Amino acid sequence: MQEPNPATAALPQLPKAPTGIVGLDEITDGGLPQGRPTLICGSAGCGKTLMGIEFLVRGIQNFNEPGVLMAFEETGEELAANVASLGFDLKELQDRKMLRVDHVHVDRSEIEETGEYDLEGLFIRLGHAIDSIGAKRVVLDTIEALFSGFPNQGVLRSEIRRLFRWLKDKGVTTIITAERGDGTLTRQGLEEYVSDCVILLDNRVIDQITTRRLRVVKYRGSTHGTNEYPYIITEDGIAVLPVTSLRLDHEVSDQVDSSGVPALDEMFGRRGFYHGSSVLITGTAGTAKTTLGAAFAQQVCKEGRRCLMFVFEESPQQLIRNMRSVGMDLAPLVKQGLLRIEASRPTLNGLERHLVTIHQLVKEFQPSAVVIDPISNLISVGNINEVRSMLTRLIDFLKVNNITALFTALVNTRTYQNEMTEEGVSSLVDTWISVRDLEGVGERNRGLSILKSRGMAHSNQVREFLVTDKGIELLDVVIGPTGIVTGASRLTQQLQEHAQTLAAQQETDRRDRELERRRRVLEANIANLRTEFESVEEELRQINTQEQTRHQTLTSGKQRIAAANPPAQNAPAPGESPE
Amino acid sequence: MEPLINPADQPEHAGPEYVLHLFITGATPNSTRAVRNIKDICEQHLKGRYELLIVDIYQQPELAQQEDLIGVPTLIKRRPGLVRRLVGDLSDYERVLKALGIMPTLGHE
Repeated sequence: MQEPNPATAALPQLPKAPTGIVGLDEITDGGLPQGRPTLICGSAGCGKTLMGIEFLVRGIQNFNEPGVLMAFEETGEELAANVASLGFDLKELQDRKMLRVDHVHVDRSEIEETGEYDLEGLFIRLGHAIDSIGAKRVVLDTIEALFSGFPNQGVLRSEIRRLFRWLKDKGVTTIITAERGDGTLTRQGLEEYVSDCVILLDNRVIDQITTRRLRVVKYRGSTHGTNEYPYIITEDGIAVLPVTSLRLDHEVSDQVDSSGVPALDEMFGRRGFYHGSSVLITGTAGTAKTTLGAAFAQQVCKEGRRCLMFVFEESPQQLIRNMRSVGMDLAPLVKQGLLRIEASRPTLNGLERHLVTIHQLVKEFQPSAVVIDPISNLISVGNINEVRSMLTRLIDFLKVNNITALFTALVNTRTYQNEMTEEGVSSLVDTWISVRDLEGVGERNRGLSILKSRGMAHSNQVREFLVTDKGIELLDVVIGPTGIVTGASRLTQQLQEHAQTLAAQQETDRRDRELERRRRVLEANIANLRTEFESVEEELRQINTQEQTRHQTLTSGKQRIAAANPPAQNAPAPGESPE
Repeated sequence: MEPLINPADQPEHAGPEYVLHLFITGATPNSTRAVRNIKDICEQHLKGRYELLIVDIYQQPELAQQEDLIGVPTLIKRRPGLVRRLVGDLSDYERVLKALGIMPTLGHE
């Protein structure tokens, strides 16, 4: 969580013993102080003992460090039975000489104080147990039980101080558990001062829902997360809620995931969402948010990738049936193992458990996309702040893991707004699609618009969409006199437009025919004129021919006259005759 | 914890009436005081009727767990009657005698 400072990196860091408990090592920046005592305090039912045992078991399993458990309240058999459900086999670990459980029985009625004493017996027992298996880790489960057995507080206090010192000298990493006192961290007000690290567990009930929280109160010589972190006890032990990565430096992808609705893809500049981004679909009740979510899930699976769906409203069977009615068959995808549907009631668990469940399933299933339907239902589990912080963590977690996340959220029908989505989540998500009712005259239609889409151009239109038995269909935009029209008015508008087009077509046809007619009339006229012209031409030609004939006749007549009257004296030419 | 000893068994057992185990830690002041005190008490009140075993748990640390020892020194009275544990250096004679079931009147000789 903390970036190692290069300036201090050269100095020896406080050695730490990793606990192996999910999330705790992140908060403590590596684990508990090695070779030093750590106090875990909390009220009843917080999981103090469990945390201690898990510390030992993980130490053995993950780090090969043997451990000693000194139990003051429960016997070894009881403890073994208690943690067996978590898969911890204390008996086997004891047989392997990796663990030693020593039950210290303290009973006031059996003990008679007869003078001065010390707790050397305890030291010897512990020392013997540590040495016999070479233990590196020690858990003292509720040391304050001693106070009920030994009335001499002065001796006890000084002896417990001595014990802490002695444990430090032994170099074992120790966890001491203690009950929480009134106004103090522990009943005796002693352990927290002699421990190097104090972890406070808290069990709170708010609005009938229990949340467990953990806080590192002090940690000598190390930085640590100071907030309260929710934690839960799962089937695998304690899980402290993974801390939000405070730095925004996760890898980003340039790939684009299709939304599963082709027309919706087209509304985005790059035809889909960026892979690894988070998408929020908000809408009023019955606006097909789930269907949009399922369409996306189906698309992811169709591409051969895995998708994880969390549904808080329906059972998987119900979801599959309902989606089948809109032409989406999810059952084969589930069978193929590509799709996994996890259904639970939001109120079943606290928010933390939901978050941890999601974390665990994501880690286990390794999906490419996660669909959560709807996040607004989680409001019933916690207050807005808690839900927001949980969602922040969730979105962050999915982003860091490069998983596309699609959330749906129900918004208030009247205001079309919801505080959570407005202030809380919307700033975290990359793409925000809003679906809503477009209520018109006597009917409701669904409209879809993109409110934001980081890093890509997107359509600004409100598109009407239909949920048909073939899936979701986005309709083309129809613009009427008063703007975009939907539903029946859209049909009316379309009919009107159709009629208009038809009329226009007829008009065009009519004009075409008129033109043709005119053309034909003109052509007829032209033909007439041409005929007229031809007859005139004929006439003229005839006149011309007659003229020529006349001229020739005249000429030939003159010649004949000349031949009949020859000229006197060899007249060379008739022209020269001296007449 | 041992059951009440059946009086019928006692003659057969033929052991001493009082069986006392004292666990100490080496030669610490508390331990040496305890040894001195118990010897004193036994000699005074139980002469010839007791068996006292003094164990140094530094030498036998595994006994500490077996005997469920916490405070040291501890005197465990195994017989007669109920097992009792007496923690401390046994300097409070009255309490020791009461716990061991020795009549205080016996102490006023």
